[in-house]
Amino acid sequence: MAEKKSLGHEFTKGLVKENPVLRLVLGTCPTLATTTSLESAIGMGLSAALVLVCSNIVISALRKVIPQKVRIPCYIVVIAGFVTIVQMLVKAFLPALDQQLGVYLPLIVVNCIILGRAEAFAGKNGVVASALDGLGMGVGFTAALVIMGGVRELLGAGTLLGFQVLPESIAPMTIFVLAPGGFFVFGILMACANKLAERKGKPKATLGCAGCPLSETCTVAEKAACEKEKEAVTK
Amino acid sequence: MSDTTIQKMLTVSASPHKRTADTTRGIMLDVIIAMVPTLIVSVFLFGPRTLLVTAVSVIFCVLFEFLARKVMKRPNTIGDLSAVVTGMLLAFNLPSTMPLWMVIIGDAVAILVVKQFFGGIGQNFVNPALVGRIVLMASFPVAISDYPAPFAWKLGAVDAVTSATPLSQFAGIYGAENMKTAINGSDLPTLYNMFLGVRGGCLGETCAAALLLGFLYLLVRRVISPAIPLTYVGTVAVIMLLAGKGNLTFVAYQILAGGLLLGAIFMATDYTTSPVSFKGKILYAVGCGVITALIRIFGSLPEGVSFSIILMNILVPHIEHLTTPKPFGTLKEKKNKKQEAAQ
Repeated sequence: MAEKKSLGHEFTKGLVKENPVLRLVLGTCPTLATTTSLESAIGMGLSAALVLVCSNIVISALRKVIPQKVRIPCYIVVIAGFVTIVQMLVKAFLPALDQQLGVYLPLIVVNCIILGRAEAFAGKNGVVASALDGLGMGVGFTAALVIMGGVRELLGAGTLLGFQVLPESIAPMTIFVLAPGGFFVFGILMACANKLAERKGKPKATLGCAGCPLSETCTVAEKAACEKEKEAVTK
Repeated sequence: MSDTTIQKMLTVSASPHKRTADTTRGIMLDVIIAMVPTLIVSVFLFGPRTLLVTAVSVIFCVLFEFLARKVMKRPNTIGDLSAVVTGMLLAFNLPSTMPLWMVIIGDAVAILVVKQFFGGIGQNFVNPALVGRIVLMASFPVAISDYPAPFAWKLGAVDAVTSATPLSQFAGIYGAENMKTAINGSDLPTLYNMFLGVRGGCLGETCAAALLLGFLYLLVRRVISPAIPLTYVGTVAVIMLLAGKGNLTFVAYQILAGGLLLGAIFMATDYTTSPVSFKGKILYAVGCGVITALIRIFGSLPEGVSFSIILMNILVPHIEHLTTPKPFGTLKEKKNKKQEAAQ
């Protein structure tokens, strides 16, 4: 927090450079589980993004009221409140999507992206910056899910959003809607995201605090230990 | 990157040193030669389409390897022939009726995903050809189990005549009260035909005689050590002897059926994905044998050779760790402690 970053940066960093799924490797479980079809991937991405933006705003607004020692339970209560709202809305207006997402919708409560952003960002920054951070991360999460869901549904079932895209004569590769195919697509997308992020002039991931996405959450003592480790390795 | 390569070349361990004339290219060429008899027999059994499937597989493996190295700006490695071996092995693991575009997908998975994404030859953590086969099996279960009957191609209708493989016929025989009557009562091919490969199956797995010829060639050329294939087949034989209540015919069928010989001779012995030390090789091969036998007897699939080799491939680093040889002249730690206790 030593340097003041522009609000635009808070939004764009979540898209590729610090994409929660592909670069920070958070929320892997819902990512793999809900990307078997494009429809459920969009549903999951948007629900999580909505919760993320709302919880970031509220947590950021309450950050001076919440006692440091019990902050995690407080965050969870706020997040759970928003998840309940989203779940009720989905149940009422999109019952088919609710069926598809199943247990993963209520599980957004313990989604590490949302809790991670609350802990790493919203608990320490202003309301506007936190809202933009949540929006950027949410869009990044949704984008990653949509790409994965699209690839997996297209190759695994030959359809997109339920419409036949590939000609029926081409047998779809069932493996892509199974777990191994999910990991294949996930790994390859991660490699692409790394390549993209490095090409944008971001230095390669290095030891020490400069290249560490969690450096903002570290205490001073941890930072010192990290730097020491870096020196030891580079020597 | 070039700096580290040079550094590796200049880092020389302490003497004594031994020079060898072995090259990757020479070894791979030997493996290819060892596979030729099987290819010839399978053309005879399953028709000229066998050659087409093998050729497409080899050409696309080499092409993918070439392109991947080019795109990643790495030195070209198609000259070491390892992509040719992968292409042939993958084709051997497919039925001769396999649609060609599916074969190409298998090649892409084997070469791009398993081999080049992990750094190319010597860096792949599992056997590329086997993953290619497993991906195809999970994706197109119908196409890959469409085994043509031997000599069906001569009748002119390759796609029409399919036959059950001996292993799928065995599904009802495991656990039978009397093995002998159960085997006699089924319409399994005779053991003689099984040995010559006159049965349904993938194009390279049926002819035990040709596979054994290749095995002998590899042994004579000292390309592989007999430890892995013999232990692997031996373990399956022992478990099947128990499962078959001592019926030797049952054991013989189990060894000749499925892809056991192909897997044990050509797949499990891959240098990159098998242990270095003798003890490690034995441990690895016993593991392959046990998993194969368990999948055959209890699994929902008739055959388990590919899965067992892949699973043991993943365990190889741990096996290597367990079986690291002690340097000459050092005492074993445990014995040392015992001696101290005795004193």
